[in-house]
Amino acid sequence: MKTYKYLFLMLFAIFALQSCNSNKKTNENIDLAYQCPMQCENGKTYREPGSCPICKMDLEPLTQISKNVLSDDISEESIFNLTSQWHTEEGNVIELKDLKGKTLVMVMIYTSCKAACPRLVSDIRNIEAVIPDEKLKNIQFVFVSIDPETDTSERLKAFAKENYMDEEQWTFLQGTKSGVREFANVLSVKYKEISPIDFSHSNIISVFNAQGELKYQQEGLGVDNAGTVASILDVTP
Amino acid sequence: MKNQVFMLVFTLLVFQPLLFAQSKGMVSIKGSRYIPLYGRDSTVVEVNNFEIDIYPVTNADYVNFVKKYPRWQKSKVIKLFADASYLSNWKSDLELKDSEKPDSPVTYISWFAAKDYCECQGKRLPTVDEWEYVAMSDETTKDARNKASYNQQILAWYEAPRSNENKIGQHQKNVWGVHDLHGLVWEWTLDFNSVLITGESRKDVDKDSNLFCGSAALNATDLMNYAAFMRYAIRGSLKAKYSMKNLGFRCVKDINDKINENL
Repeated sequence: MKTYKYLFLMLFAIFALQSCNSNKKTNENIDLAYQCPMQCENGKTYREPGSCPICKMDLEPLTQISKNVLSDDISEESIFNLTSQWHTEEGNVIELKDLKGKTLVMVMIYTSCKAACPRLVSDIRNIEAVIPDEKLKNIQFVFVSIDPETDTSERLKAFAKENYMDEEQWTFLQGTKSGVREFANVLSVKYKEISPIDFSHSNIISVFNAQGELKYQQEGLGVDNAGTVASILDVTP
Repeated sequence: MKNQVFMLVFTLLVFQPLLFAQSKGMVSIKGSRYIPLYGRDSTVVEVNNFEIDIYPVTNADYVNFVKKYPRWQKSKVIKLFADASYLSNWKSDLELKDSEKPDSPVTYISWFAAKDYCECQGKRLPTVDEWEYVAMSDETTKDARNKASYNQQILAWYEAPRSNENKIGQHQKNVWGVHDLHGLVWEWTLDFNSVLITGESRKDVDKDSNLFCGSAALNATDLMNYAAFMRYAIRGSLKAKYSMKNLGFRCVKDINDKINENL
């Protein structure tokens, strides 16, 4: 009888220990930054919500882009359904839905790229150059890095300065490996790491309306951008 | 009687460490370096140790999944993550059509759905390199790619119609103990979008340097491996929200707890 008891105990122990094996989920815990809306402390940010020690106003979560929110609902096709988190070149943490409210022109690059990316960047600059100023304030040009390990906030900021793209309308994003993979799949962008510093990737410029729905894609380098410009003008108020 | 009980306890004690070492329904794969059909610039790729599901995910598994995660039910899934044919062999949110078997591999699944399924189990999708590494073996050899019988068997399956309606586990397991990598359905991989071929032969021969940066670096290594060519071509033509009749998936797990880092 004693042996049976022992046996049951053993079995129980095995099951109890085994059951802890499953259901592990990885958490990418990045907190939002908070800032005083009056900028009392010269843009100092806080990790937690609270009030400003100087003017006592409530701190507001930081998003770099002003939100001209049109409606709260996002459609099923909107990229704002993605919940991945991104670092901007200014060091802020955002989700894609924080970009809501402006036309988005998005392209995937990596900063150490010597071949196609400079041409892609110049394609984008050409597009930006022909957009009238009054429309420009409702457009955000977003570069998403396919090399999140190398392209940190600092590196993206340096890249922005080097290319004279440090103004408001340019945003650079560093994600996580899985976030980038998911985002690329939403854009149907293909890429592959061919050595630690080099990637192959498709050259695609994508236009999204203010609700994050894909409206137009331009494939290839140095192609005629008339279609892209027309679609940007079309979806921008 | 007492003796038997003692034996049982003894065997349990001996095999206990094995139970912990391996997750349920998975086998361990010892990593190595090998040359896939499409590699990196050095052509050799390195695969770390990992665990892989013995069988593809079945219809029954997926029913349980959507019960727990309603966002992946047929009527609730959003268009960004799945096209219109998602689960089109199901009659309702929780029920298969009567013609479908619970132990057939689940198909009509998008990449987003497959990825989330694996993540919800604490696993992930295999990379192309990992999948091809396990799939290049037959019953006796880890790398059977230059055996005539290996290629013939796979190609014979590629010709067989409606193989996705068969049950899992009917084919012989390979040397790792994994079933049905060939013979039932194609399978999603985590980085399927790293296959930089467009599917249009003239463009690919030309190494479309306008569409793809650096594509000249990527050449096939083994022109005889026709079956592998077909797999890469399929991957190259997929989009993540496609749901197809003959495309399922299985999951893997990193052994040293480095989920997400190993892509």
